[in-house]
Amino acid sequence: MGQIFKRSANALARGSIIFTGVIAAVAVYAVFLGIPRSSYWNQTEIVKTQPVQFSHKHHVGDDGIDCRYCHTSVESSNSAGMPPTKTCMNCHSQLWATTTYLEPVRQSWKTGVPIKWTRIHDLPDYVYFNHSIHVNKGVGCETCHGRVDQMPLLVQKQSLQMEWCIKCHRAPEQFIRPRSQVFNMAYEAPANQEELGLKLKKEYHILGSDVLTSCSTCHR
Amino acid sequence: MISENQTYTGATSGLEVSMSDLMLTLPVIQEPKLSTEVIRKKLDTSGKEYWRSLDELADSTEFDTFVRKEYPSQTSVLVDPVSRRSFLKLMGASVGLAGLAACTVQPKEEIIPYIKAPEEMIPGKALYFATAMPRSGGAVGLLVRSNEGRPTKIEGNTDHPASLGATDVYAQAAILGLYDPDRSQAVYHLGEIRSWSDFLTTIMGRASGFASNKGAGLRFLSESINSPSLGAMMQGILADMPQAKWHQYEPARSNNTFNSTKDATGAALSTRYQFDKADRVLALDSDFMSDFASGTRYARDWAHRRKVSTDSTEMSRLYVAETTITMTGANADNRIAIRPSQFEAFVGAVAAGLGVAGGSTQGLTQTQSDFAQAVAKDLRAMPGRSIVIAGEWQSAHVQGLVHQMNAALGNVGQTVFYAASVDTNPTDHLASITDLALDMAKGEVDTLVILGGVNPVYSAPVDLDFAEAMKKVPFIVHHGMYLDETAALSHWHLPESHFLESWGDVRAHDGTVSIVQPLIAPLYQGKTMHEVLTTFTKKSTAEAHDIIKGYWTNDAKGGEVERMWRESLHNGTLANSGVAVSTATPMTAATSASTGAAEGYDIVFRPDPTIYDGQFANSGWLQELPKPISKLTWDNAAYMSAKTAKSLGLEMCLNAKGGDYETDVVYIEVDGRHVEAPVWIAPGHPDDTVTLHLGYGRKKAGRVGNDLGFNAGRIRSSKAMWFASGAKIRKTGKTYSLAGTQIHFTMEGRNVVRESSFEEYKKNPNFVNEEPSPNKDMSLFPKYEYNGYAWGMTIDLNSCIGCNACMIACVAENNIPVVGKEQVLKSREMHWIRVDRYYTGAAEDPDTYFQPVPCMQCEDAPCELVCPVDATSHSAEGLNDMVYNRCVGTRYCGNNCPYKVRRFNFLLFQDWTTPQYKLMRNPEVTVRSRGVMEKCTYCVQRIQNAKIDSEKENRLVRDGEIVTACEAACPTDSIVFGNINDPLSRVAKLKSDTRNYSLLDDLNTRPRTTYLGAVRNPNPEIKRVKATRESLLEESA
Repeated sequence: MGQIFKRSANALARGSIIFTGVIAAVAVYAVFLGIPRSSYWNQTEIVKTQPVQFSHKHHVGDDGIDCRYCHTSVESSNSAGMPPTKTCMNCHSQLWATTTYLEPVRQSWKTGVPIKWTRIHDLPDYVYFNHSIHVNKGVGCETCHGRVDQMPLLVQKQSLQMEWCIKCHRAPEQFIRPRSQVFNMAYEAPANQEELGLKLKKEYHILGSDVLTSCSTCHR
Repeated sequence: MISENQTYTGATSGLEVSMSDLMLTLPVIQEPKLSTEVIRKKLDTSGKEYWRSLDELADSTEFDTFVRKEYPSQTSVLVDPVSRRSFLKLMGASVGLAGLAACTVQPKEEIIPYIKAPEEMIPGKALYFATAMPRSGGAVGLLVRSNEGRPTKIEGNTDHPASLGATDVYAQAAILGLYDPDRSQAVYHLGEIRSWSDFLTTIMGRASGFASNKGAGLRFLSESINSPSLGAMMQGILADMPQAKWHQYEPARSNNTFNSTKDATGAALSTRYQFDKADRVLALDSDFMSDFASGTRYARDWAHRRKVSTDSTEMSRLYVAETTITMTGANADNRIAIRPSQFEAFVGAVAAGLGVAGGSTQGLTQTQSDFAQAVAKDLRAMPGRSIVIAGEWQSAHVQGLVHQMNAALGNVGQTVFYAASVDTNPTDHLASITDLALDMAKGEVDTLVILGGVNPVYSAPVDLDFAEAMKKVPFIVHHGMYLDETAALSHWHLPESHFLESWGDVRAHDGTVSIVQPLIAPLYQGKTMHEVLTTFTKKSTAEAHDIIKGYWTNDAKGGEVERMWRESLHNGTLANSGVAVSTATPMTAATSASTGAAEGYDIVFRPDPTIYDGQFANSGWLQELPKPISKLTWDNAAYMSAKTAKSLGLEMCLNAKGGDYETDVVYIEVDGRHVEAPVWIAPGHPDDTVTLHLGYGRKKAGRVGNDLGFNAGRIRSSKAMWFASGAKIRKTGKTYSLAGTQIHFTMEGRNVVRESSFEEYKKNPNFVNEEPSPNKDMSLFPKYEYNGYAWGMTIDLNSCIGCNACMIACVAENNIPVVGKEQVLKSREMHWIRVDRYYTGAAEDPDTYFQPVPCMQCEDAPCELVCPVDATSHSAEGLNDMVYNRCVGTRYCGNNCPYKVRRFNFLLFQDWTTPQYKLMRNPEVTVRSRGVMEKCTYCVQRIQNAKIDSEKENRLVRDGEIVTACEAACPTDSIVFGNINDPLSRVAKLKSDTRNYSLLDDLNTRPRTTYLGAVRNPNPEIKRVKATRESLLEESA
């Protein structure tokens, strides 16, 4: 009986060691780096079903309604605020007042049962995020939420992971803009962002990165 | 803590020095080693040794084993090889499963907005509403935080006379009471659920009968009523139906005060005190610091008079003579324990010394007589600047003498004031309930309406046999928050609304009226007393809101109505509503009824220091709160002195298992009735006397409060409501396990409480820092720089009275779970701040000191270095941040913490399922799960919110803008928090005081929380019992 494994099997065996290594590397990458950053994981670019197919593109982009018309507490509270049914009805008791598309809104107004929206930007419960301080220190809405004026259906654009948060907390000068531009969706960072950022950081009394990256700034 | 064969190495006194210890105690180990003999000599010469329990003094082997284990009960599991293996197997499996569980995306979450947004409500921003917590004889004004319409935290109202911004444990725990899922949730008739309108139909049917017979056979039973509108309503009903009768009863309200404090016309007076104007206070069996109605205010006034600095030329002095152990007694400069049957003689002796005749001094011992003489002499030297105050449980004779003493000292009109009672129709409660029970037994009562949760079946004097008498009454309506013992024997039960869901009004101890406004609609369809009583008036039923508003705005006109109403609601008090001080003084004293010392033992009955008369029995927060002196939780006990216990052959021993006290059970017999009770040996308790606390042994309190402890009421008769004599006590041979926390998280006998007498302090203001501190720069790690804020705290041990309000405030603010008795036995309680109690001196006459211990927020924190996952790390402002979502539960940090302030969630202690508790929690603080370490954060949520507010206004956080939960609740302002980088802040100034010291300074952890040493002002003329180590050891043996 001849040898079961020919000489060439040695090469195969050696090759398989390398091959296993490659697979392991890919697996490690996928488990530790790829999957956590994937859209599946952080839910970016995923359209979620809502009771009413509300279009930010139409309201913000086409109609030019300011963010604060609906998200009233964004400058004063940790929550940006979700508009009560009344806010919708301000216009929609007159405009599109009979369309079936808006039936859930009218139902809510009639019955007093709130509309249940599905949360798109969902931070973990152990993160205590405050909208008002970010808005007051020159972080634009668009910086985190993307161009909602171009989104017919709202999707999350940024990962909202700690890695992403801390990028700005370490060096806010790279991201902040003048307060007057915070609600401007079309704001483009100037070429001298670094210089402007440092100037604004000083002007707005933005705390040092040592304070901004302390754990209790966000976790408590 | 030092046994023969161990050596002393500085701070670690008698423990083998581990590597980590070496690193932390570098400066100290250079000292020459001291032998045990030297230590003993040192202790003898200094004369001071601090101890927390007798076991500690005895230095028993069990105690020694206990302190070496941080969480003593489960360590044995790891040593046992079989368990260790299964433990590792389980761990392996759970690590695997934990990995799997992490492979999911976040669950879908909904946002549910309003239909119409309510005015003033900003989502995410808390609102505060003023209201008041009604109490017997007073009220505590509150500001209640409301998060999106849910009341979540109670603070004191700075404008209210009984609060001045502070609160007590009952007010703090009221939040849990509101959300209690065991509260009664429906109208019941004979055990079946009915509707409110069913009840109305029934009661209307009976009401027509009352209209014709003028209310014959109709009886109301309530607590005393200090709500003016309710009082007026009750008097209106009685005027309509003159045959009806209104009875009042509260188990913890004494009739002695009522009977001894009447003016010439026989009208009841109430006594008010101004402790902030008194330099000498003599408390005769009075626990005024824990007074139910005004204790918070009195404690605050007293403590403010006592604040000392190096400029002080004099200091106030508190004398306490008492028949049991109380918080007030623990804070005394001079205290004497006297058994109840000798107490009148002692009061007589003091009275005689002040020139007040009428008291007898028979049977006094030399020590007692000397004490009385010295006190009288000292009081005489301060005319008009002292207070003599008697406990309301003391006899009318004693209270009469006290009125005369105050008059003789010129205190009346200076520090002691008399005014008309704040109650409507003040009544002798004992006589009232006795009348009712007798009439019921005679069959003269046709309809009994029990209002506001009075629970006579549990709490009425046992000889009245109220339960039996109830069987003779054909129609009983019970109105209360719980389906309690009395509800079970009533025909109808109506759920009562909690004060946080009710409209009402109430007078504080000084008469100031507060409107009680609801923070939330009734959770369980509860009705207020107003709403129940309207069914007996000629008017149709009305909403409580309309009744109250109508009553108080009756005289106002037009637009004035709304302005006055809104102003009162906003401020929490009605302007100029106090009851004016009267010029009338109480009439002469009743003669003594005391027969002197009797055969057998004396019994003292008192309301429990945490669950009061049993009305808070179903509050887990209060049950788990250690009692101020004994640190006992979840039980009551028969408190007695070591000497008495020894003579009865009783033992209380500490099991090696955590806070588990294995103690003898005694059989106590009074007048042929008996009760069995576990023994608690209490240093400083008078001999041959046993103290029993009321409020336990409930059968229908709720899931938390049922079957805890024993019911002392079973031997409490109408003849002996507060003191019984001639009791027989014997050992039963049974033992019982008591959960005490007094030696949990112990710091092993190191010099942690520092105190001095006022005389010594004047000579040596720097008494706290006599031992050299190590060089602050000495550390292996680079120094942190704090350029912005640097948060710090001082705790003034001179002001701390040990009331535990800070503990409950912390529980409420930080979503701290209740763990239950079983877990407390294993040292697993979760309180972030604990109040340690230390004794010094002889066991029969100890000095007591309290020391609140939160996280020290060390600058060189031992905990931070050992965390393998960086779950605890240093913030730029000097906090030791705790990141729960990172914590994997190694417990290395807790092990390395020299202050033992870290708490570990061994099990899922937090209730994640009961819907009511979800409403209760503070949304600003993470609700922790199993396997996570937690600790005091300096209320970092409050720091962050204040910082965000200030930064939006482009300014710095102002001093006093951030108030931690413990600081806010503290009645004596002993806790101060602030920015130590600001030299003008209160905390920075206090830290530069000579009395400022760090706990375990020699470890060089550089804590941000520091203490101000205590200063007591004992009368040098009063001789103290000298304690030697031998006498103490003998005592504990």
